[in-house]
Amino acid sequence: MLGQIAYAFPFLLPGLWTTLEVSAITVAISTIVGALLGVGLVYGPAPLRWVVRAFSDIVRGIPILVLLFFVYYGLPITGLNLQPFAAAVLGLIVFKVAQVIENVRGAIGSIPRGQTDAAKAIGLPFPERLAYVIAPQALRRFLPPWLNGVTDAVKGSALISLLGVGDLMFGIQKVVGRTYEPLALYGFGAFLYFVINYALSLASRALERRFSYIRE
Amino acid sequence: MPIGPPLLQIQNVQKSYGATQVLRGVDLRVAKGEVVTVIGPSGGGKTTLLRCVNFLESYDNGSIMIDGQEVGYRDVAARKRRSERDLARMRAETGMVFQLFNLFPHLSAAENIMLGLTKVRKLSRREARDKALHWLGRVGLTDKADRLPSELSGGQQQRVGIARAVAMEPKILLLDEITSALDPELVGEVLDVVLSLAAEGMTMLVVTHEIGFARDASHRIVFMAGGAVGADAPPREIFAADQPNERLRGFLGRFTAAHRL
Ligand SMILES: Nc1ncnc2c1ncn2[C@@H]1O[C@H](COP(=O)(O)OP(=O)(O)O)[C@@H](O)[C@H]1O
Ligand SMILES: [Mg+2]
Repeated sequence: MLGQIAYAFPFLLPGLWTTLEVSAITVAISTIVGALLGVGLVYGPAPLRWVVRAFSDIVRGIPILVLLFFVYYGLPITGLNLQPFAAAVLGLIVFKVAQVIENVRGAIGSIPRGQTDAAKAIGLPFPERLAYVIAPQALRRFLPPWLNGVTDAVKGSALISLLGVGDLMFGIQKVVGRTYEPLALYGFGAFLYFVINYALSLASRALERRFSYIRE
Repeated sequence: MPIGPPLLQIQNVQKSYGATQVLRGVDLRVAKGEVVTVIGPSGGGKTTLLRCVNFLESYDNGSIMIDGQEVGYRDVAARKRRSERDLARMRAETGMVFQLFNLFPHLSAAENIMLGLTKVRKLSRREARDKALHWLGRVGLTDKADRLPSELSGGQQQRVGIARAVAMEPKILLLDEITSALDPELVGEVLDVVLSLAAEGMTMLVVTHEIGFARDASHRIVFMAGGAVGADAPPREIFAADQPNERLRGFLGRFTAAHRL
């Protein structure tokens, strides 16, 4: 069994790299977009809040696979024809943005009202209140769940093999197709996903511990 | 007692939360250098009134002027609110100290004071730090400058809260039951700071349950109940045996009985 894994590993490396790449792009873009929309959800004018709230609720109610197929097979009807890689990344980003929006909302919501009152009382306008009072505190509550949520992007990315993107999952299936050793290879694939996500979970827990003693 | 045009002039202020009217036409004036305390039963609208004075709450009717400028509205008749920047500029002229301190937990004592000085008053970090240390000295906390709020006692935190407010050199200081959340043995150290500020002529509007403090420190006491001002007089008259306001007499009677004043 070890022999089969040693044989397969070099074939899996490009796919592993693609999985990491797709996850990283997804997380980077969705974090920026999700943070902006999350702030809009908390502080924005009512129409913006409704739109963001609706987007987040709808997306979180749809399986990732449906999102991916919608982007890859659905959007071309509107004239937007995306390559598998781009469609895969876009679908995962949409999924992940909704998650980040909720991470941001939760983080800001956990900060007591009195913090905003005190910041207003010393004469800080909104952007400064956000930058110097709310954001530094919210960041501590945002990071652990956010990092934990990165695992969802990594796990979700396995579905992009269904669009023909050559990720880790795709590589595993190709090797299984040649060697007919599904148990060893899917087991090894699961192990690789687990290692990545377990490292992320550990980092998330470490962050949580690090921030937990900074209390009011 | 100081005289002069009112620094703070509250006229017929009304405010409702939904269907409940919390302020029913409040009138109140505070002259420059004056210390006015507001007492009254809980739920009477004291906190709401104070929060209206620096527009942490909007008011539905009436007018609040500080130094001749309407606080929250650029057009009172049309109820047009000031812009965010404009509101911030107005709020910088009013200091507020809160019942639950509301210190910024991620900043040290000195940094709590420096934030407004650097971002609003535009002092350099160095000037701001000097000023913060000066005020920490005034409240007896020089050695705690670099401590986080979580490392300070309640009384110490509240003294930082006062220093943060006065370092901005506001025209008026608003104090909302600033000793209510403290253990009894820590109340004195905070009230001493307030007394020393009063002695220097700081204009203050103070909501308090410390009736003894109100009696000894204020030029005028305002009794607020049911969202309206029931009495507004110097302490001597408020505590007079023939005080005509029955509700106030009852309130003081219960209070003195409970606190053995
Ligand atoms: N944000 C709010 N929403 C609804 N009702 C409120 C709010 N804040 C205060 N109230 C109500 O307004 C009344 C006055 O409250 P408050 O100003 O806190 O009184 P006090 O400070 O004299 O105890 C109370 O009945 C309180 O329940
Ligand atoms: Mg109150």
